Amino acid sequence: MKIVTDERLPKDISAAPLSESQKTIIDADRGLFSMAWGDLWDFRELVFFMVWRDVSARYKQTVLGIAWAVIQPVLTMIVFIFIFGRIARIPTGGVPYSLMAFAAIVPWTYFSQAVSRSGLGMVKEANLISKVYFPRIILPLATTITPLIDFVLAFLFLTGMLVWYQVAPNLAVVFLPLFIVMAIVAAFGFSLWLAALNVRYRDVQYLIPFFVQIGMFASPVAYMTSLVPEQWRLFYELNPMVAVIEGFRWCLLGTPAPSFEMVGMGLLTIAIVLPSGFFYFKATERTFADII
Amino acid sequence: MTRTAIHVSGVGKQYLLSGSRQQHDTLRDEIMAGVKALVGKSETETANREFWALRDINFDVAQGEVVGVIGRNGAGKSTLLKLLSRITHPTEGRIEIQGRVGSLLEVGTGFDRELTGRENTYLNGAILGMRKKEIDRKFDEIVAFAEIEKFIDTPVKRYSSGMYTRLAFAVAAHLEPEILIIDEVLAVGDARFQARCLGKMGDVAKQGRTVLFVSHNMAAVTSFCPRTIWLDRGHVKEIGSTQGIVTRYLQHGGEDSGHVRFDTAAAPGSDAVRLLGVRTRNGAGQTTNTFGTNERIRVELDYETLRPTKGLRLGVTLVGSGGETVLSSKDLDVFDPDLARPAGRHISTCEIPANFLNIGQFFLSVGSDFPMVQGHFNVDRVLTFTVEASADMVGGHVPDSRAGLIRVQLPWTMESANGVGTQSSSD
Repeated sequence: MKIVTDERLPKDISAAPLSESQKTIIDADRGLFSMAWGDLWDFRELVFFMVWRDVSARYKQTVLGIAWAVIQPVLTMIVFIFIFGRIARIPTGGVPYSLMAFAAIVPWTYFSQAVSRSGLGMVKEANLISKVYFPRIILPLATTITPLIDFVLAFLFLTGMLVWYQVAPNLAVVFLPLFIVMAIVAAFGFSLWLAALNVRYRDVQYLIPFFVQIGMFASPVAYMTSLVPEQWRLFYELNPMVAVIEGFRWCLLGTPAPSFEMVGMGLLTIAIVLPSGFFYFKATERTFADII
Repeated sequence: MTRTAIHVSGVGKQYLLSGSRQQHDTLRDEIMAGVKALVGKSETETANREFWALRDINFDVAQGEVVGVIGRNGAGKSTLLKLLSRITHPTEGRIEIQGRVGSLLEVGTGFDRELTGRENTYLNGAILGMRKKEIDRKFDEIVAFAEIEKFIDTPVKRYSSGMYTRLAFAVAAHLEPEILIIDEVLAVGDARFQARCLGKMGDVAKQGRTVLFVSHNMAAVTSFCPRTIWLDRGHVKEIGSTQGIVTRYLQHGGEDSGHVRFDTAAAPGSDAVRLLGVRTRNGAGQTTNTFGTNERIRVELDYETLRPTKGLRLGVTLVGSGGETVLSSKDLDVFDPDLARPAGRHISTCEIPANFLNIGQFFLSVGSDFPMVQGHFNVDRVLTFTVEASADMVGGHVPDSRAGLIRVQLPWTMESANGVGTQSSSD
């Protein structure tokens, strides 16, 4: 790390003349739309520092370190291979079961990590919330971003598997970033809800593992969507991770493309969960310091 | 040209005493409360007792002004700080702030024990609102101020508590916003470092920044702040020139009864421990704030552990009227460091022996933590008491007034040159 000490720099850059834009008004009732976007911009580096802290503190004093980011999903895959691939013999449409499963485990692990960390994140930072001001939304934002690091590592492993199995992705791979974004946005929407709810109702922290477990079976992680009965399909597709996972498989393994209604239903859920989560978070954040 | 930096008009902050905070923390409680209300066993009257931590607060602070905020514990000082720093929102009224605000209500907030001193400097700086570039620029200065050059790349969990607080303060002290809101609890560490902390705060005040300085240290308030706001039970009692206010505040200070109780909504504490009250009793067990020099003083800490705890530490610090620390005492001096406490209410008593303190006024500060892990509360000057001359105090027939904060009887010996008149205090 380079330390810059330059005597020519003014001793205090922040004591620049005040401008009208720096005026802050704190009053009893602010509308829900009064997000202090300027503040969020001012604190943008804090998002980075929070992510960096979580990543660097996370695997300290572990022998295998960051390798855990890959080991965890790989172990899940191995369990799946035995239970669903060998014993239940789930049909995969010609793709090796391990690839089919891992292409789903990678985005699902990201989503579940993001959602569970965000749900617990606010309470973990209770001291911070009651002692320092910063835009509170930074916390769920950071906890949604942090697991992306693990995601990248697991994704590299997935790429290695593609090479091993000699599966070459087709042109659909250009759509992959869209499905990644979809997973992030969906995770952020649920994170906002769970983070804000858990400040008030600590019950949420006990519900989250359950929510994540049910979510895994309600998403095509261990199997393919084609196994879901036709009459349930539309309801099933309300889970945005259905489209994300099938999207991953389509882009990387060349399985059938997710249907428009599948993507549409997923986007519908996101379109409801994200804004409502945002407003719920905004509506409750002013009392966080009082009740946390 | 003076401009208003802080404009506060009609501000009030209300807490629900046993409502949202205590009893309805889980969905089940909320549902049960609803059921009870339906059945007719309404608890709502008691459950929603309102408590105004602050009410009708109006004042202006001009740009570049240094203003002190004083008041007894529970007067609303911390609430005011939290409102001005945007940690919590007012229930009524309006605050207008012109300029970037930095607030230091506690040092070391957000420190991560696993990270090194260097990493924590950056993290903590960012939490306090500093830019990375700004921290880069001040990094050497911060490390030098904290005197931890050699250990900057060591995880802070290996630091001594002194090193930890020095680094934490150093980061905080290098925050340079236009408006600085500081709580005196920031002055930490040993006496030498404390003096430097106060000196640093004085420098900040001299740099033309707007400062709001909350303190119990009347000497510090008088020397830094030309103007002072005196808060009393959630209201502004007086605003004006520091000199007059401090004098009146100190005269007013004698209303104590030797007992402070905290409302549950305002109780200092953490998720593990909550301070319910502090009292001082004499040898006869009476609660009082006046003691004879020959009386022992029992300091009782009434607190609640919200879950079973192990290794909890309680401490008491005794401060003289001039701000000099007389002593601090920790219960782990005598208790097993792994002492387990079940969840529930406890009273820990620390006894100050008789014939120990000199005549004068003393303040008690109390604190609790899991050493090096988590702080629970740290209430500065929670109680004050007076030590008076007691009837038998005069040593023989010599009038007995002495200098110093303590009046311990020390062993004396005497030898005379002819070897006959040897005398010692053990005789």
